[in-house]
Amino acid sequence: MSETLLSVSDVSINKGLRQLLRGVDFTVKSGEIWQLRGGNGVGKTSLLRAMAGLARVEVFGAINRCEDMLYSGHATALKGALSARDNLLSHPSGMGMPTSAEVDEALGRVKLQGYEEAKAGRLSAGQKRRVALARLFLPSGRLWLLDEPFTALDVLGVKILEERFIEHADAGGAVVFTSHQPADLGDRLNLLNLEQFSGE
Amino acid sequence: MANESSRQASNVSSGLPELNLSQFLWVQTRRHLGLLIASPGEIVNPLLFFLLVVILFPLGLGPDPEQLSLLAPGILWVVALLANLMICMRLFVDDFEDGSLEQLAMAPLPLAVAVVPQLLASWLASGVILSLVSPLFGLMLGFPLAAAPTLVASLLMGTLIMLLVGAIGAALTVGIQRGGILLALLILPLYVPILIAGTRALEEATSQGDPMVALALLGAGVTGGLVLAPVAIAAGLRVSLEL
Repeated sequence: MSETLLSVSDVSINKGLRQLLRGVDFTVKSGEIWQLRGGNGVGKTSLLRAMAGLARVEVFGAINRCEDMLYSGHATALKGALSARDNLLSHPSGMGMPTSAEVDEALGRVKLQGYEEAKAGRLSAGQKRRVALARLFLPSGRLWLLDEPFTALDVLGVKILEERFIEHADAGGAVVFTSHQPADLGDRLNLLNLEQFSGE
Repeated sequence: MANESSRQASNVSSGLPELNLSQFLWVQTRRHLGLLIASPGEIVNPLLFFLLVVILFPLGLGPDPEQLSLLAPGILWVVALLANLMICMRLFVDDFEDGSLEQLAMAPLPLAVAVVPQLLASWLASGVILSLVSPLFGLMLGFPLAAAPTLVASLLMGTLIMLLVGAIGAALTVGIQRGGILLALLILPLYVPILIAGTRALEEATSQGDPMVALALLGAGVTGGLVLAPVAIAAGLRVSLEL
């Protein structure tokens, strides 16, 4: 039994006078993992933001999705002045309101044990990305919309994330992410090449 | 409750508990207070600005105590107003740039409610502290200590209204590079009635009159602002976030 968590039908996105994407059509069911591909500027981030309801551009067409969604973009909402733990405890998305123990466990899952008290501003780019992605190990929405989640991650980090995607999909969730790297998800991965919808 | 348990039963990942509103607001208030304490400049700079102006005025006007105490209500309020303007210019900038605001906009509660913790934290860290130390600044300008309760009360209410009104402008201009001047143009006219009511209260208090009318006006402003401003702030933020 798989449920539709997101349906995008005949969506066009304009940016200024230029038509970025035209006629985008796809559905995401529970248990599926989707990768949006395409060159720089083709509209991956714009489409992902439109699906999250954060359209900075003009969006036409119908986007229906389930209510419990997690969106993580280029801007990670991390505060350099707060510790890794406090950043996650007080994350403004208000999802699940995790406890301290849950947050520490999530930080452990992304291999950041011992960094709970460290100020996020002092972590490396990859570690910051891991803190942001620790949200995926906390109570979160069923539909994950992730913009370039693999950026700055090392090989181990990428592997942890890929395993988490599969775990989440197996538990009835769905993942849509953008990435330039080919993800090692085998036959679980659905590819959507946005070049075919390019408005030009 | 039945709905929640059935959701949890159907699969693990959708078992999101209902958002505990008061807990969320408390956690967010703590987050913003923590951020303000971590960068003390945001708290100390307005106070230093206040102090500098209060030191400079006697030097410019001459040290005649009677003249100074005559001008003190106006000086104190104008400086509080400008200090508040400085705070409003920074209000949403960091959260806008690091993506916190868009995450807040996606939180499962109205944006008008979700912005309240930040306003509260900002007011506690700026307006409340400034109001409480204002009698000290007042003494430097020859403002009578007997009228200090009126000074503190008027500034407590005044800084809150000014923050609420200023936050509307800040929400509208946060997406604009160097929007500070635009913000000042937008909100300074709205500050005028607050300034008049505030200085009026102090003048009445120093001249053995009755400051209650002006204070009541400020109180009405606080009540109205608390009800209406969050809605306007949320609308402004939606424009800036292009939601």
